Amino acid sequence: MKISKTTERWSPLIVLAGILLLWQAFVSALAIPDYIFPGPWQIAGEFMEFKGPLLEAAWKTFWVTLLGFGLSIVVGVLLGFLIGSSRLAYTALYPLMVAFNAVPKAAIVPILVVWFGIGLGPGILTAFLISFFPITVNIATGLATLEPELEDVLRVLGARRWDVLVKVGLPRSMPYFYGSLKVAITLAFVGTVLAEMTAGDSGIGYLMQTAGSQQRLPLAFAGLVVIGAMAMAMYELFSWIEMRTTGWAHRGSQAA
Amino acid sequence: MSTTAAQPFVDFQNVWLAYNDELLAKHQFAVEDISLQVMPGEFIAIVGPSGCGKSTFMKLTTGLKMPSRGSIRIAGQPVTGPLKISGMAFQAPSLLPWRTTLDNVLLPLEIVEPYRSQFKARRKEFEEKARGLLKSVGLGGYEDKFPWQLSGGMQQRASICRALVHEPQMLLLDEPFGALDAFTREELWCALRDLHAAQKFNVILVTHDLRESVFLADTVYVMSRSPGRFVVRKDIDLPRPRDLEVTYTPGFTDIVHELRGHIGAIRQPVGHGGGLPQ
Repeated sequence: MKISKTTERWSPLIVLAGILLLWQAFVSALAIPDYIFPGPWQIAGEFMEFKGPLLEAAWKTFWVTLLGFGLSIVVGVLLGFLIGSSRLAYTALYPLMVAFNAVPKAAIVPILVVWFGIGLGPGILTAFLISFFPITVNIATGLATLEPELEDVLRVLGARRWDVLVKVGLPRSMPYFYGSLKVAITLAFVGTVLAEMTAGDSGIGYLMQTAGSQQRLPLAFAGLVVIGAMAMAMYELFSWIEMRTTGWAHRGSQAA
Repeated sequence: MSTTAAQPFVDFQNVWLAYNDELLAKHQFAVEDISLQVMPGEFIAIVGPSGCGKSTFMKLTTGLKMPSRGSIRIAGQPVTGPLKISGMAFQAPSLLPWRTTLDNVLLPLEIVEPYRSQFKARRKEFEEKARGLLKSVGLGGYEDKFPWQLSGGMQQRASICRALVHEPQMLLLDEPFGALDAFTREELWCALRDLHAAQKFNVILVTHDLRESVFLADTVYVMSRSPGRFVVRKDIDLPRPRDLEVTYTPGFTDIVHELRGHIGAIRQPVGHGGGLPQ
């Protein structure tokens, strides 16, 4: 079966529209009250009504997430570099990091609040803590899976470890890096919203928490939609950068 | 330079190698008692069954491994570390997929001195040289393609160009044509023969293809299975330049047959043991 390029491009929107229609039909047909489960139409209405506060909260959540995410790129890449290029560091640090990553971040937020108070600190740090691990693991994997022949070819020329890392290791781990960014950015949003819900005084998470406690579910849902849209936009941005810079690693899917 | 015609370029004196101290204590050597002398410009081939220490020999020659016993001198100097006068190519072309063919070939010049420090200033000149080299192996017009856009044989040609671009005195090839089909392999034999004839570098070719070794080399060494030892040294007196046609002459076949006999003779004792390792 042959699917045209246009259909493929629009398929996500078609699926989305289909789901929204079904959702609305389900809610309308069973006459479910909006404080139990609002339909898309009510959510859209609520969004229009509270556009100002929603966008303000979204903006706040967005840049707190980006700060945490930026921090996790810096730390994640450096740690990945260390772990991927030194066997000792790998052996020493990897189990600890796995243990740390398994700790539920929701349990850490109260501790962060004790340390940094209510406000930006916990949000940024939760976003960071929840999202650096995939970046580290992917950079480390990219560096550690270097073909030995290639290393020999360079070492015979008198290449130093640094040369091998810069000329081969880093470019080689770039596709892994971008892959991890796409995972990490969505996690970072989760982290920020989590912190805002538990211990925030602003942002989408706080707004949803407040709306929920007042049984204003359409508004809470509108918050969810905003978060989803922001994460998706960032994901698409990284996909776009990925295709522009590491197209060589995705040649199979380009199928010119 | 101390490489006069009388003095060997590569000189192995009773070289033994165990991969680590533990194996050394148990007297388990990867290669044993290797002695050979390679004259400047000589093309030698090392043949033997797989797992016989051919690749170990390569590591010794490039200085990536130090011998446990014995001495290795190259160009009159004792080997103490990786030698920058050699280039290597393997069975896998291992080109970098994010670099064009041309940039792949230029890679050694970004690393090895004196080219390294001049790379920015003389880039144009180096590019011309790399293009010339690629053209000489039939890759003219493919310089700006990415490796994954080339066929396996073309990638291997580019890989050999990468090994030669810094004008090494010694080219080390570890089963470079092993993964290619028979026709492409013969084409590349000729490409290598012509490069060697034109540039007069030393070649050490590790292979398990007897026809390949006899067609290309001046001297063929047969290696026994682990522990690796040289069991036969055979001078190939076929006149140069050799044409592919020579591989169908009785003289050529006789040499191949004779070498095959030696390999068969090595293998037999293994068969007596009953429990074969493979």
